[in-house]
Amino acid sequence: MNLHEYQSKARFAEYGIPIPRGKVAHSPQQAYEIAKELSAPVVIKAQVLTGGRGKAGGVKLAATPEEAERHADAILGMDIRDHKVLRVLVDTASTIQKEIYLGVTNDRAARRPLIMASAEGGMDIEEVNRVSPEKIIREHIDPFLGLRDYQIRNLAYGIELPRELWKSFMKIAQALYRCYVESDATLAEINPLIIDGEGQLLAVDGKMSIDDNALFRHSDLAELRDTSAEPEAETHARAAGLSYIKLDGTIGCMVNGAGLAMTTMDMTKLFGGAPANFLDIGGGAKAETVAMALRIILSDPNVKAVLFNIFGGITRCDEVARGILAALAEVQVDLPLVVRLVGTNEEEGRALLDAANIPHMETARTLAEAARKAVEAAQKA
Amino acid sequence: MAILADSNTKLLVQGITGREGLFHTEQMIEYGTQVVGGVTPGKGGEWVLGKPVFDTVKSARESTGANATVIYVPAAFSADAIYEALDAEIELIVCITEGIPVRDMMQVRAHLDQGHSRLIGPNCPGLLTPGQAKIGIMPGHIAMPGSVGVVSRSGTLTYEVVYALTQRGIGQSTCVGIGGDPINGTSFIDALRMFEEDPQTEKVVLIGEIGGTDEEKAAHFIATAMTKPVVAFIAGQTAPPGKRMGHAGAIVEGGSGTAADKIAALHSAGVKVAEHPEQIADLL
Repeated sequence: MNLHEYQSKARFAEYGIPIPRGKVAHSPQQAYEIAKELSAPVVIKAQVLTGGRGKAGGVKLAATPEEAERHADAILGMDIRDHKVLRVLVDTASTIQKEIYLGVTNDRAARRPLIMASAEGGMDIEEVNRVSPEKIIREHIDPFLGLRDYQIRNLAYGIELPRELWKSFMKIAQALYRCYVESDATLAEINPLIIDGEGQLLAVDGKMSIDDNALFRHSDLAELRDTSAEPEAETHARAAGLSYIKLDGTIGCMVNGAGLAMTTMDMTKLFGGAPANFLDIGGGAKAETVAMALRIILSDPNVKAVLFNIFGGITRCDEVARGILAALAEVQVDLPLVVRLVGTNEEEGRALLDAANIPHMETARTLAEAARKAVEAAQKA
Repeated sequence: MAILADSNTKLLVQGITGREGLFHTEQMIEYGTQVVGGVTPGKGGEWVLGKPVFDTVKSARESTGANATVIYVPAAFSADAIYEALDAEIELIVCITEGIPVRDMMQVRAHLDQGHSRLIGPNCPGLLTPGQAKIGIMPGHIAMPGSVGVVSRSGTLTYEVVYALTQRGIGQSTCVGIGGDPINGTSFIDALRMFEEDPQTEKVVLIGEIGGTDEEKAAHFIATAMTKPVVAFIAGQTAPPGKRMGHAGAIVEGGSGTAADKIAALHSAGVKVAEHPEQIADLL
């Protein structure tokens, strides 16, 4: 789960990291009020869970409250990479002497946390890593020892930070690491961390991602999820405990297991089609789960055919077939359906489905056959 | 032979009295696995499915001589269950649980590196040595004894592949699910090394998916340290970047972890990569 800039910075501030004074506005009028209250030049920043907002015109400086209102009016409602801007952050503008990058993340390959700093702040760190990886100073953190002060000195030395700022840099880095750990973050980054006009460090932009699997111990963070930027069906699926991701194709996929679900998507492409979604219905294929999943798939108007690919292991294929039939009795489906059951008692399962004479339903034996039939059905529709 | 588990493996079940634990313990016993007892704190002294229940892993090990354990406890308590098994010096720890926070797993990982136990998983289906032992949740009857080792990050996709092999009369030495989490106990390389050293295994099937660079590392290992042929399949070619495809670890981040990169790395290591799972048997 990704947090907005304003949410991340508020979290950083709780840990003592200095951030600019500012507030969130949902309307141009509010932006005007906030700019007036701050009584200083401000920067209006679109709050969207995607990158590239600067290039898209989602960040603007304003010298007066009137100008802040005008910019907010232009930015609110803007579409940035399919994300609609619903709120802007109105922050006091800062004079920037220098921009630094400071971030903590999970290093998957090293299997431990990694803190990184770079003198090339303000740029996308992945871009810096691609172009000039030597400009990123890295320190791996032992999860039991925590971040040691010498490691932060290594970063400060590596990015040639002026010595008079080392002390405050240490405080900020320790605070950021604590914030990362205590939030179960997978990423906590300040970019840029600036040296401002007074020569002080200030976190002017920030980003956090929280481990979804850890939200059970962070009810406060779980509440910060912004579902406005995701397809409605994904929000519904999450509430139902299903893993669903909307894609651009026409073949709805209903599969048990994540690896098999990805494989099924890939197969539709291999046979000239395109998947409309990723959907893992988990084990068992109970009627109510299948019905719920069907409703979610059918809520996507691009879907022209639905492909079921269910492996019956401990839950045998005849039981799965009964589950599917019960779900189809409940949910009206006018689109072509292709069902492939594989595993224990697959013959019996297929026989049950064939005997039910469901209109527009075909069964298939192999995954290749199922994918080909689904692609043909979607192209005909 | 085979790897990790056989008919001599003495297995404990942590969380034996829970819904999942109980169901799968019954299945494992039915398959012929030597289940010697279970652990559920607060239920020590009870009997379940004819097996003794203990309060702690240490006391269970002392009484039963168990050398392996399988964990079916909820995600919030899984790290503790793994530590307890490590502390009791159980040689093989298989954690089925999905949804363990990454922070917990980073700590487990750092701790694991200091001991001698092997962890399989978490978020995995466990392992199966056909005809001898099954530890976890794999459906036992889809497999048959033979000489192909199978290692996978997935669950049902593994079953699909194993079932197809069995139907073609190609038996398996051991099938290992290493799990779909970004940080796990056993990597592809660990499993490949075990298969390379196992006399029963003649060929290996590797089933990978998007996310991380474990498959790329495995490709390097295959090219430099393996004599046995490996056939691979990689899931997730159509997965969009930045989206987690069900498994916590199945995500393309910052352009890294794509199926295309993994397939290219495997090809350049001389590994045959199947276009779809049904081709795997042909390539073997």
